[in-house]
Amino acid sequence: MFSRRNPQLNRHGELIHLLSIEGLPKAVLTQILDTAGTFLSVNDRDVKKVPLLRGKSVFNLFFENSTRTRTTFEIAAKRLSADVINLDIARSSTAKGESLLDTIANLSAMHADMFVVRHGESGAPYLIAQHCAPHVHVINAGDGRHAHPTQALLDMYTIRHFKGDFASLRVAIVGDIVHSRVARSDIHALTTLGVAEIRAVGPKTLVPADLAPMGVRVCHDMADGIRDADVIIMLRLQNERMSGAMLPSAGEFFKHFGLTADKLALAHPEAIVMHPGPINRGVEIDSTVADGVHSVILPQVTFGIAVRMAVMSTIAGNEA
Amino acid sequence: MSPIRSLNLDAEALYTALRQGVRGLLAAAPDAVLVGIWSGGAWLAARLHADLGLAGEPGVISSALHRDDFSERGMAAGGGTTKLPFAIEGQRIFLIDDVLYTGRTIRAAINELYDFGRPASVGLAVLVDRGGRELPIEPAYAAARIALAPAQRLSLARAEDGRFSFAVESVD
Amino acid sequence: MKLLVKGGRLIDPASGLDRIGDLAIAAGRVVALGEVSRDFTPERTINASGQVVAPGLVDLAARLREPGYEHEGMLESELAAAAAGGVTSLVCLPDTDPPLDEPGLVEMLKFRARKLSRCRLFPLGALTRGLAGETLTEMAELTEAGCVGFSQADAPMVNTLTLQRALQYAATFGFTVWLRPQDAWLGGGVAASGAVATRLGLSGVPVAAETVALHTLFELVRSTGARVHLCRLSSAAGVELLRQAKAEGLPVTADVSINSLHLTDVDVGFFNAAMRVTPPLRQQRDRDALQAALVDGTIDALVSDHTPVSSDEKTLPFGEATPGATGLELLLGLALSWGQQRKLTLAQTLARITSEPVRVLGAAIGPLASSAGRLVVGGVADVCIFEPEVRWAVRADALVSQGKHTPFAFDISGFELAGRVQTTLVAGGLAFERSAA
Repeated sequence: MFSRRNPQLNRHGELIHLLSIEGLPKAVLTQILDTAGTFLSVNDRDVKKVPLLRGKSVFNLFFENSTRTRTTFEIAAKRLSADVINLDIARSSTAKGESLLDTIANLSAMHADMFVVRHGESGAPYLIAQHCAPHVHVINAGDGRHAHPTQALLDMYTIRHFKGDFASLRVAIVGDIVHSRVARSDIHALTTLGVAEIRAVGPKTLVPADLAPMGVRVCHDMADGIRDADVIIMLRLQNERMSGAMLPSAGEFFKHFGLTADKLALAHPEAIVMHPGPINRGVEIDSTVADGVHSVILPQVTFGIAVRMAVMSTIAGNEA
Repeated sequence: MSPIRSLNLDAEALYTALRQGVRGLLAAAPDAVLVGIWSGGAWLAARLHADLGLAGEPGVISSALHRDDFSERGMAAGGGTTKLPFAIEGQRIFLIDDVLYTGRTIRAAINELYDFGRPASVGLAVLVDRGGRELPIEPAYAAARIALAPAQRLSLARAEDGRFSFAVESVD
Repeated sequence: MKLLVKGGRLIDPASGLDRIGDLAIAAGRVVALGEVSRDFTPERTINASGQVVAPGLVDLAARLREPGYEHEGMLESELAAAAAGGVTSLVCLPDTDPPLDEPGLVEMLKFRARKLSRCRLFPLGALTRGLAGETLTEMAELTEAGCVGFSQADAPMVNTLTLQRALQYAATFGFTVWLRPQDAWLGGGVAASGAVATRLGLSGVPVAAETVALHTLFELVRSTGARVHLCRLSSAAGVELLRQAKAEGLPVTADVSINSLHLTDVDVGFFNAAMRVTPPLRQQRDRDALQAALVDGTIDALVSDHTPVSSDEKTLPFGEATPGATGLELLLGLALSWGQQRKLTLAQTLARITSEPVRVLGAAIGPLASSAGRLVVGGVADVCIFEPEVRWAVRADALVSQGKHTPFAFDISGFELAGRVQTTLVAGGLAFERSAA
């Protein structure tokens, strides 16, 4: 049963699951970022493997499809010498009516050491962490609208790499924030690492007023939101998550909230442009900007593998 | 050798001896490079490199990614990062470390080295060899050989002006 | 059987009686209250010294899960749970499977409950056939079979024209319509809109879902004259609208659940599905407004909203879990908690779960209306005898109900309830007696 303690930390305050950025001490985040730096250099060697997770089994449980995220986790696990098993849950036993917890119990019986879970319902990884065997670690690869902590960590790594210190930064997050787990995790990470200001930019249907208590300034005007920003994080317009008439058209959205070169000119001259991917060219971001000098979208992907290696090795080394 | 209970090692004096020893090793293998094991070995290698007037820069190697005690101790914060500014393939290498004990750190460092290529040879020079080996690893040169109780930990410290000293502490 | 309850603190909220004394019961009725003549020779004496002797509790909302949901609850277990909670009369919802839209189903349910002799059952009939919100049920026939009112349970009425017609029809006969004020379209989320739902990424139910529905219902009550009982108010804004409606003289009454009375959205914690209830748990100001409204009578009654849910349907991610919590055994303790926090007398507190619910039911329960929820000479001997000071922790395995999931479980809430039922009498018969353990 959950006590009121953060289920991600063991009794020594060490990370045993990564479920959400929220509630993690700054030192834990910083340590993961530092460790990621070490793993980045591994990716440049001839031998890209280290034996830290040798003999461990990492099960990718993706209840929601995502080839790119799953592949990044797979590469990260293999570079740590873990055995990786991919489970395409949508087409397997759960579709036949097996309950989520029965699936977990069956997999635990196959000696899994780590579950990487992506699920369509907010909170699902907490349920899994609560019910799996004590030595098993759970990493949230995205749950509903709630959190995508590894994405936030690689975003923070990217920001630190290009911008150095967090304290003076003004960060704008633009787009479909209400449905975005990336946005929520980014906001928690930026707040914990102590940035100067976070702006949430978008139309009222996508950027609700009750985001403000999370520590953001809500802006419904793109120019106002982008002005002098040091970091701009563009979010994908998620068609599959929108139900019932939140936006009239992608075209109108692009005109008012898409990132074009003109809008970018309002930001700080050395602003960096980020995007969790996959990008919708001409919907939230113009091709010239996505491919331009301010864009760090491709480095984000490279950093993603190192960050996930850092998360897995950090967690695997801590006991429940 | 009986264990010394109170220790008064003069790190600077030992360093001078190490420098002589390494000069001797390099005389027999002039194209070899120095690689210091993070952190104490790296300090030593940096100063040796400068004092011996060697070309280029010494390498630094971290044993963090190949340690054999990962499942007990987990991912330690700040274990250093490997930086090798030369090719390893076919290279003669001398690893430099401050204290040689069980030999496991050296084993991990050698594994790390192999991720970069196949060296022509790997030798070892240390400031202090405190015995207690658990693996078949021997230094080509050690400035001092002492014995310490297992409960005692010996580590090198470097002051702001670069002077070395030793710290002994009891580990419970 | 002739029964004597000796030395307890007799409390009857309706009359203001509050004294130490004796209670004599014969042939299922109260024959003496306070002082009992020496001629009365009981076959059994219950020693109630140190305990409170109150009218049996009247719960206006409980789901018994029969017919149709037997994996979640059965009449036997749930009526036993009612008795263990001191509840002697309860109103059950029509969302069984099949729904209670046929007189035969209602008669069968009442017959089986009577045989169990644990608790009086007052079923609500379905307002529309199959609860589909399209065609009206035979309300007069259902009333003759024993229904005390008509309800859509949690199935919102989308078609306002049909709703208006249903209210007009009910008004013809003076039947009360029991409705949850929740707009069909705005009410689709899984948690209350607000900072917590936003942070947790859970779809929200805005307060407007309740206030829009209340405005609609009050308008229809004005135009049809129908009596409406509003089920499970959840917001401060809703309370305000209700207050205005009552001031205007509209024939409306209302209740609040033990969950909304005590908990807020923050209690969801790390997606704890025990907190998944409907209406969803709102914020601090809403809770305060609900508590105050129950004090000043704007909200008439406190209900358990007893909804047993099986473990299979609760150990799921929050948004997928079935809403509902067990409540019959907690109603007394949670009522007493609220009364203590608000500094009410025991009589004032108990009124909300005895005499006031009976007032809401009114003529629908026939002659019982004059004595259910009351201790009165000549009235039915439905009695709840409890220890007011005993503190107890709610443990799932100790619950009588088949519904083991409650947000008040000790290992979730960490606090204990005060007030433990010792004995429950229905029509003078022993429905529940706590063994000395």
